[in-house]
Amino acid sequence: MSATLTGSAGFLAKFETLQGRLPGDSNMRAAAAAAFRAAGLPGGTQHQRRLESWKYTSLRPVAEARFAPDAPPRHEVETILSGLALLDAPRLVFVDGAYRADLSQPPAIGFASFAEQAEMGTLTWPDREPMVALNTMLASDGASLHVSADQDGGVVQLVSLATRDIDIHPRHCIRLDPGAQLTLLEVSAGQGTYLLNTVAEFHVAEGARLTHVRLQDEASTAFHVSTAYANVAKGGTYDSFTLNIGGRLSRTEVHAELAGVGAVVHLNAAQLLDRTQHGDFTTVIRHVAPNCTSRQTVKNVLSDRSRGVFQGRIEVARDAQKTDGYQMNQALLLSPQAEIDAKPELEIFADDVKCSHGTTVGELDAEQIFYLRSRGVPEHEARSILVRAFLAEALDAVANETVRAWLERSVETWWARRAV
Amino acid sequence: MPAVTETLDTVQSVTQSGYKWGFETAIEMDLAPKGLNEDIIRLISVRKQEPEWMLEWRLKAYAAWLKMEEPHWARVDHPPIDYQDLHYYAAPKKKPGPKSLDEVDPELLRTYEKLGIPLKERALLAGVDPDTVQQTQVAVDAVFDSVSVATTFRETLRKAGVIFCPISEAVREHPELVQQYLGSVVPVADNFFAALNSAVFTDGSFVFIPKGVRCPMELSTYFRINARSTGQFERTLIIAEAGSHVSYLEGCTAPQRDENQLHAAVVELVALDDAQIKYSTVQNWYPGDSEGKGGIYNFVTKRGACRGARSKISWTQVETGSAITWKYPSCILQGDDSVGEFYSVAVTNNYQQADTGTKMIHIGKGTRSTIISKGISAGHSNNTYRGLVRMLPGAAHARNFTQCDSLLIGDRCGAHTVPYIESRNLTAKVEHEATTSKIAEDQLFYCRQRGLSEEDAVGLIVNGFCKDVLKELPMEFAVEAQKLLAVSLEGSVG
Repeated sequence: MSATLTGSAGFLAKFETLQGRLPGDSNMRAAAAAAFRAAGLPGGTQHQRRLESWKYTSLRPVAEARFAPDAPPRHEVETILSGLALLDAPRLVFVDGAYRADLSQPPAIGFASFAEQAEMGTLTWPDREPMVALNTMLASDGASLHVSADQDGGVVQLVSLATRDIDIHPRHCIRLDPGAQLTLLEVSAGQGTYLLNTVAEFHVAEGARLTHVRLQDEASTAFHVSTAYANVAKGGTYDSFTLNIGGRLSRTEVHAELAGVGAVVHLNAAQLLDRTQHGDFTTVIRHVAPNCTSRQTVKNVLSDRSRGVFQGRIEVARDAQKTDGYQMNQALLLSPQAEIDAKPELEIFADDVKCSHGTTVGELDAEQIFYLRSRGVPEHEARSILVRAFLAEALDAVANETVRAWLERSVETWWARRAV
Repeated sequence: MPAVTETLDTVQSVTQSGYKWGFETAIEMDLAPKGLNEDIIRLISVRKQEPEWMLEWRLKAYAAWLKMEEPHWARVDHPPIDYQDLHYYAAPKKKPGPKSLDEVDPELLRTYEKLGIPLKERALLAGVDPDTVQQTQVAVDAVFDSVSVATTFRETLRKAGVIFCPISEAVREHPELVQQYLGSVVPVADNFFAALNSAVFTDGSFVFIPKGVRCPMELSTYFRINARSTGQFERTLIIAEAGSHVSYLEGCTAPQRDENQLHAAVVELVALDDAQIKYSTVQNWYPGDSEGKGGIYNFVTKRGACRGARSKISWTQVETGSAITWKYPSCILQGDDSVGEFYSVAVTNNYQQADTGTKMIHIGKGTRSTIISKGISAGHSNNTYRGLVRMLPGAAHARNFTQCDSLLIGDRCGAHTVPYIESRNLTAKVEHEATTSKIAEDQLFYCRQRGLSEEDAVGLIVNGFCKDVLKELPMEFAVEAQKLLAVSLEGSVG
């Protein structure tokens, strides 16, 4: 990125410089650049037309940040990596956006890096999503994974680390053939003032099952934007859980389409925010085929001056009869300055459906605290027990015990660094 | 003054253009020329014998409106509206209607019959020219005894100190109250349609309930007689002083034909300490035919301010008419411990579109709000609940409960729920739940087994679905509303 330009202009200047050297379809990149030039960073400037999908999140801080990709790394990769306590399983490690074979342990399933074999995929909408356009314009590396029919891909860890004040635009594409299985653990962390703007797409074929667990533990000065698209065929399952605890500003957006009869989608998440963190979890679940099921439990724990956002839309198309959609969104405010904004939407065009959503916002229940205190539990501990119980409901959705224990450790770390 | 000269010129030019009814008296005048500009607004102001400040207020609204864009965020779809192709002054209406009931659309008459509306009243509702059917007028008087009833009511209200009059009369007779409150809840430039209304409003009601007075009657029956042909740009202002109480009802269950396609009303409510305002609406404007042709565009801004401590504003609406409904009766809960309520039934059939809901803005401590919304979609219609619950930092221990249920009848319609929930106070509690379902086969079967026709069964089930809202309506209207729901859904099953 040009050292003098920031915001949209800076990204466009970077594209001008890199154009021709970036892998993949150059026409698609040019089209994305045109779309990004027209749209700009959501909320990036004051006079921009506001996008409804970005109602509660403005990328003004990103627009104002100065990224310096040419500066030397400020932090040791090894330190960051060891802090993550990754599982003893295959891992693909990307540092400052580039694949690092030396740090990785490739899985038995098909893997290619985006730099070698650029696959832009078919599910994304760069023309509608400015940040996807930005990624499409600048993506230089990422992971392409392929699990063949009826193969169990086991656990694969996809790790993104940042060591410098840099803008990174990873592009991942994960394909599961009919009957295949995979547990994908996506972790992002780093040090510095950087932007991670990931686009990933997931193709889950007939009867396949993808378990996708994410931990976003970015530096407290970093910006994290992630847009994922999942397409689930007949009888397939996309089961995802996202834990957002890091970053100064994060936006996690998921578009999941239930395209075949009997498909199942779970989009669960928990956000634990403190200080002045801003965390936005936005999802769109599209029921296109009949007899599909979607489930969502989203929990926000908000402390200090943090702000949590949840936008969740369930769309049911004409032909998606017998749809079963359920969404629960809860926020716990722990401080007088914390804020939650929620927008759970239903958009229904089929009549024989069962769709519901619920939202609750409030503080810890005084009666519950009293109950625990009357049994000799000190107040601080009582509150801690209740917050953990609140979170447990969301974490319980992670079936793999090893993975859940690993997530719980991150919750403990978050808990340890603050006093309720 | 140039303004006056201009107005005179306009009046003159219009008169000279051979306008049929001339401008001698307000009664004979029928329509101002099409289009909207400052001269038309001056004309309206002159016709309404308004003071200078009112004209200035209108012009300010017009200037703001010119700079605004029509909102497009609602889930409604319509061809562009040509605002210059409308008449902005058309009162009192005397358009040539059908000469007798024989000329009225038989479909409409059948509907009246089902609603149990007396024959003579049907003629008036259908717009049969009363001049040609003198006896109709008399008959209606007999049914409602409008003159004497109205007089008795006026006397009772006057004794209680209640002011209830057309808004234009209030502008002349009670300028201090109007100046203090008009536009204080819905500012002139609040939104595109409110600004338009502020510039050109011609009809509407003004209600003032003095301190400690409980309005001796529901301001409904009176209204039904008085405002037979409600205007296109209505403006209603209700002020309830400390400790007072009023229940106001607008609309009518009978379907009403109206030539004006665009309706943009503004309703402002102000409740001071301990005051209570209950505002009930039954809206059944012409929804267009079964092909989706014609019908009213109902773009309404309704907002109540609970200014005083412990005040309460309650909105109840049954929306079955209009081709397009765009309305969000809201409460600004400013006074500590004030209460806002919104009970809504919205029914859409054929090609109707409804985008309706509420905003509850919690500002004061201990404020409470309840939202119950029941949306029923049938045919090819789309029905959207759109609402906002906002807890501001000062809203300690505020409370909201929201329930939005949608019922779909048929597989060509849509039901949508778009709630916005924003909380900035940890002691505030918000609960929201929404469901979407269809009429259960077993419920239908149960009713059919007991000899009910399919349509009656649907009517019964739908009324059960809406019970929580209907019970909030004043009794007499609840009964009519129940019939109305069944009639509105006709042809949606089987």
